[in-house]
Amino acid sequence: MKYEMVIGLETHIELSTNSKLFCDCKAKFGEEPNTNVCPVCLGHPGVLPNLNRSAVEYTIQAGLSIGCAIAPLSKMDRKHYFYPDLPKAWQTSQLYAPLCIGGTVELASGRVIRMNHIHLEEDAGKLIHERGRIYIDYNRGGVPLMECVSEPDLRSADEAVEYLEILQGVMRTIGVSDCRMQEGSMRCDVNISLRPEGAEKLGIRAEIKNLNSFTAVRAAIAYEYERQTEILDNGGTVVQETRGFDGKTTASLRDKENSDDYRYFPEPDIITIAVSDADVERLQSQLPELPRVREARYVAALGLSEKDAAQLSKYRRVAEFFENAGASKLAANLILTQMFSRISTEVERELWNVPFSALDLKALIFLIDSGKLARNAAKQVLTAMLDSGEAAETIASREGLLSTGEAIDLAAAVADAIAANPGAAADYKAGKTKAAQAIIGAVMKATKGKANPEELRKTAENALSQ
Amino acid sequence: MIDKIQAALTEKRISAKELAQSYLTAIDERKELNCYITLTPEAALEAADAVDRKLASGEALAALEGVPFALKDNISTTGLLTTCASNMLEGYTPAYDAFVWERLKAQNAVLLGKANMDEFAMGSTCETSRIGAARNPHNTDCVSGGSSGGSASAVAANLAAYSLGSDTGGSVRQPASFCGLTGLKPTYGAVSRYGLIAYASSLDQIGVIAQNSADCEKVFGVIAGYDKRDMTSKQAKFTALTERPLKIGVASEFLDGASPEVTKAIESALEVYRKMGCEIVPVEFPLLKYALPVYYILACAEASSNLGRYDGLRYGPGAEHYDDLDDGISKIRSERFGTEVQRRILLGTYVLSSGYFDAYYKKAQNLKAAITAQLAGEILGKCDMLLTPTVPTTALKIGAGLSPVETYLTDICTVTVNITGLPALSVPCGLSGGLPIGMQLIGSPWSDLQLLNAAKSFERATDCAYLTKLAGGVTL
Repeated sequence: MKYEMVIGLETHIELSTNSKLFCDCKAKFGEEPNTNVCPVCLGHPGVLPNLNRSAVEYTIQAGLSIGCAIAPLSKMDRKHYFYPDLPKAWQTSQLYAPLCIGGTVELASGRVIRMNHIHLEEDAGKLIHERGRIYIDYNRGGVPLMECVSEPDLRSADEAVEYLEILQGVMRTIGVSDCRMQEGSMRCDVNISLRPEGAEKLGIRAEIKNLNSFTAVRAAIAYEYERQTEILDNGGTVVQETRGFDGKTTASLRDKENSDDYRYFPEPDIITIAVSDADVERLQSQLPELPRVREARYVAALGLSEKDAAQLSKYRRVAEFFENAGASKLAANLILTQMFSRISTEVERELWNVPFSALDLKALIFLIDSGKLARNAAKQVLTAMLDSGEAAETIASREGLLSTGEAIDLAAAVADAIAANPGAAADYKAGKTKAAQAIIGAVMKATKGKANPEELRKTAENALSQ
Repeated sequence: MIDKIQAALTEKRISAKELAQSYLTAIDERKELNCYITLTPEAALEAADAVDRKLASGEALAALEGVPFALKDNISTTGLLTTCASNMLEGYTPAYDAFVWERLKAQNAVLLGKANMDEFAMGSTCETSRIGAARNPHNTDCVSGGSSGGSASAVAANLAAYSLGSDTGGSVRQPASFCGLTGLKPTYGAVSRYGLIAYASSLDQIGVIAQNSADCEKVFGVIAGYDKRDMTSKQAKFTALTERPLKIGVASEFLDGASPEVTKAIESALEVYRKMGCEIVPVEFPLLKYALPVYYILACAEASSNLGRYDGLRYGPGAEHYDDLDDGISKIRSERFGTEVQRRILLGTYVLSSGYFDAYYKKAQNLKAAITAQLAGEILGKCDMLLTPTVPTTALKIGAGLSPVETYLTDICTVTVNITGLPALSVPCGLSGGLPIGMQLIGSPWSDLQLLNAAKSFERATDCAYLTKLAGGVTL
């Protein structure tokens, strides 16, 4: 039978606050193990949490950016389980009264995915298996984390990944998280069930825990779809359970019968979190333009293609760079082709460590626009800029690429080139139109790229056909 | 007592070091009382030296400077053993200071040692301590009370000028009552709990045990205050002291289970206040009967959570032989927690379990709200404070062998105060068979100073005639 998949995602996003959720320790990734720890985040006897208000505000901004309602009063709860990465034996989270309620994420197809809520919680430490032993690094313990819980509105792996990409783009743009899946600052649990196409009633779901890349999300969904289809086709029932994914297959971690009883109860050490209307207004007003809005503006105002607009809007630093460089079609072109081919990975683009400023790119564009630098020569200049970080004008004038103002005698240059390459003219006349390239190349070389490529092509073709 | 000590120091009748030394010697001579778990002579003498230097330079002393005292063993002291009288924390020395210890240390208060207590403050007799009960100096066959038994025993035997305890269901007031001392349980939030090893977070409050109300007030003045590390602590906004005669409420429900001697002592105390011109107002407290079950549900629920961290992995002793992680954790918890602690963890785990949460925990929370409305709203709306027995009886015999439930019943008069977050104190008001009887005053939030004032009036009016001054220890 053909089944429709029904998917809901729980996305964990680490907040990029300076300090942890309950103490002053740095909330930083990648430092020496157990260097950013103190009695509070190690859960020593007698310590108490002091809630980091910026983590609360980051979560509110995340909620506002996807249209959540903000709870004027919310509470933290304790979720209990024994595991060495959890030094208090409970995770401080929110069950009964989360900070953000509702909200939506709209896919490119126009389909609207509803958010159930976003809650704030703390991350756990990390187990490191090495030399046959288990070590615990508590640097990550107590780092603020928000969990975005969607409704089961997604219908395919593509939709799931698109939803995650949108969430990632929004959270990066508003600056609440770097959302790096490879570093674990964005992770995802997939809830998936199948139902016969056209059916209303939801099937029994399995939850696949802790997926840390879009590829894994896609692969786990594909595998689960196959697995559940086979069970249903054979007249079986899917077991409601938690499953792990090893890169290829999913396997049961624990079923519902054996699921942990988290013994949630309200955290008595943290007072009710109050958020006033004024707080919400202030946080809303601080939100930058969101990727979707930005993208639409680039298409409407600059005439960029949707694809190009989306690429530029995806990374906050890229978008800012683009805007500071003048937000023109030419700027878009230079960034998306030459710069993106050099700065090629997801992480690099997000970090956008470029050796020159947006104003330097703007200066390069000015040279092109004012006719002082030919488009072709500009390529060479930009490459050099990416290498050395020097200003466009410095490079162009050193390389003698700047137009001196005198017109190039294209006809004469072409004639010289033909004279020097008699074979080329013969080939061209014999129908090998590619031979024109040799002449064009020779002229470009002779004029140090200053010739206008379009004019040069016409002049060369004319001369060769005579 | 505190004034007397500081006068002796300022007038150079004794040096702070000699004083500290004489306390340490006296403690050594009364080992049978079992009131200290750990002695801290180095800390004591170091602080005393600093006080002597200050005195030599002619500087004035801060409120508690040079005064020797004891801290309950559940208050975190850097580098000094803090074991909660539990095998689970055998050998544990904290890496940080509790807020109250910071405050006292800053004054060169002279810490003599860590006082004995019920294991993790769970108990009413100090008998659940891993070193056994602290004895009552008034009759060493009797308990000093619990859970801050050692704190009370030490002060009563003049082996500390004052002490700090913690009060979750009466753990400061009840031992103060048993030992003929004043015990203050401040308004919830008046004293930061940072560094107090948690039993039940929403009920725990650090309190003072001292010879009299004036000493209590002095110590309270030093340790009260907002601390950003404890979100439930507040900047004190104490109610102004009234000049008019007090209205003192009496609810017969508190006297229902009281022994005839205790009832008689309470009636005489009311007579003392009446003679002072106070109005005695009869009030009704029908919800009192729910206080004990509510207390034990909430306290055990929070305890089961707070004590989850003791898994033997990071501090304290670890399990020696185990098959896997779960086995190691359950072994260390079964081996190292005492029976009463395990009982409360199990009770708490049960009431928080899915399927039972609504029937127990949620219902208890609802009742807590109703009890608070009745006591803090209705009853204290009709009077300035409520006068009750602190405990229905005098101190029990050590090893009396009460069932857990019988022992829990001795908390009937004190737990309401913790559920409602109100301030209360216990002051001696009588003697029976050589054992002290205490009365409890309960007031509205932030009426702590008002309560202390009422206790002071009582002490003045009766000239403390009901107190037996105990020999031994350090008496100036």
